[in-house]
Amino acid sequence: MSRAAALPRSPAGRRPLAARLAVHGVDRVVLLALPAVAVIGLLFIYPFLYGLGLSFQPRQGGGVLANYLAFFSDGYERSTISKTLRLALPAALLNVAVSVPIAHKLRHPLRGKRLLTTVLILPVTLGTVLVAQGLIRYFGPGGWFNQALVALGLVDAPLSLTNNYIGVFASLIITGFPLALLLILGHASGIDPDTERAAATLGAGPTRRFWTVSFPLMLPGISIAFVLAFVAAFAVFPSAVMVGNPSGSTRVISIAAYQAAFERFDYSMASTIAMIMAAVELVVIGAVLGARSRLYRGATSGGKG
Amino acid sequence: MADALAPRAARVTRLRLAFSPSGWLLTAVMAFFVVNVLALVVSVVFSSFASSWFATPVPGGWTTRWYRFAATTFQLFDVLVVTAQVSAAVMAISLVVGAPAAYVLARRTFPGKRALLLLFLLPILVPPITYGIPLATVLYKFDLAGSLRGVILANLVPALPFVIFVLTPFIEQIDENVERAARMCGASTWRVFSRVLAPLCIPGLLAAGLMVLVRVLAMFELTFLTAGPGDQTLVVALYYSVFAAGIRPAQAIDAMAVIYMLTTFVPLLIALRFINPTQMVVRRKREAAA
Repeated sequence: MSRAAALPRSPAGRRPLAARLAVHGVDRVVLLALPAVAVIGLLFIYPFLYGLGLSFQPRQGGGVLANYLAFFSDGYERSTISKTLRLALPAALLNVAVSVPIAHKLRHPLRGKRLLTTVLILPVTLGTVLVAQGLIRYFGPGGWFNQALVALGLVDAPLSLTNNYIGVFASLIITGFPLALLLILGHASGIDPDTERAAATLGAGPTRRFWTVSFPLMLPGISIAFVLAFVAAFAVFPSAVMVGNPSGSTRVISIAAYQAAFERFDYSMASTIAMIMAAVELVVIGAVLGARSRLYRGATSGGKG
Repeated sequence: MADALAPRAARVTRLRLAFSPSGWLLTAVMAFFVVNVLALVVSVVFSSFASSWFATPVPGGWTTRWYRFAATTFQLFDVLVVTAQVSAAVMAISLVVGAPAAYVLARRTFPGKRALLLLFLLPILVPPITYGIPLATVLYKFDLAGSLRGVILANLVPALPFVIFVLTPFIEQIDENVERAARMCGASTWRVFSRVLAPLCIPGLLAAGLMVLVRVLAMFELTFLTAGPGDQTLVVALYYSVFAAGIRPAQAIDAMAVIYMLTTFVPLLIALRFINPTQMVVRRKREAAA
């Protein structure tokens, strides 16, 4: 560390370059970021590029695109994309749609807000494995949820809520909803309440204030929350195996990739599926962030500067 | 920012929340969610202490024998040691490597800074299972996976950017004049870092470290893909125990789940004393404002 932040004491011949770089803010301090860049480069970028290259070298031969052709021509494999989308899109949309009005209500300091956010962080922290394990018990035929439904007279016999689509969907809501709400809430708390007060003095009612003032200002936060909620749901793995039907309706794309890598030991095919997964995610991230860059992102926080 | 609101505004908001029908509906939705999550956790805890429990509101009898059973059957002690080793190593490395990078991002603007931010943002945006499979392939190729080293390396990928994005706003709010003053008084760079910046950063380092700890404990996918049989962390051991359920009683798995919950809750509760929960998911987006 000591070498990095020292003043440039290079020989006179090199000083102009160092000085020119320093004008742009590049000095030895910037080198402090190098170890972090190296770690991410070696453990994230390089494996990704390696996997991309590997996906074009099929184990069985048959041309550069053989793996991709095999994936898309096999109906069982191809259907994992639609199965994953059928879980991830509704889950992400529901999580965000419910979070928006709640975050809007909670955006100002309220009594008990900290307790509420603490309770919300619990499922995020517990992670999908524990939530799935809990759902097996709680949503099971003899679990409290079904007992309550029967006791209330809503159903005659216990519903089957695990080992199918519903179980996985529930696990995506339990871990995804708090994440979406906390993200949107974090963004909404930074919006200057004076914007709404100004609209109110101009005679706008609560509904109009929400749709023409608050909602557009919340949209950047909402779009980020949607992206993260969708991407997390799209990569669902443990709960799809544990509370889903991993050979049928919830055989999501991550299960297909895992099986290729660790059951058939075809790392080339596994990389192919991982790349397809990444491509779908990046398309969604890119589309939403592209739309987001067109949104208004001016002063949302207070201050008179 | 919003904390600077007058108390009057807060009071007005609460009144509106209490009287409007939509407020009641939203409160009901939240209550339904919270009650179900709590019931889910409590039913796992009950089950772990139940001698038997079949479709009745409460178990027939209580026992602690499933904990002893889980401790012996699932090699709980070994698993806890591995979990502690992995978390400590990931915490230490990500703080040592991440803090200088956070300092650079907080103090300097330079060409390529946006690209650097994107580089650190990508491992957070892309889910672990997506990059975990190519990462595990590479680690197996270099003979690093299937060992403790592999698990630590894989867990660094999401931990390091997390440390950077937690620490950057923290360092930004430390007045740069403090550093300048120290330099004026003749402190060397190393002294500025060790005697001025580090003490000021301790709360931030502590918060970042605890949050990394919580994340490593809950990180299933990467550990699952890179761990060999002898280096599973608690969450991976829990996953495998569910699949061996045919030969093991469900209550023993629930006992395992309770132990996992406790190891996660303790650092979480300590972390929550230092940070606002929204900060745990919202990384202050400076680059968005730039």
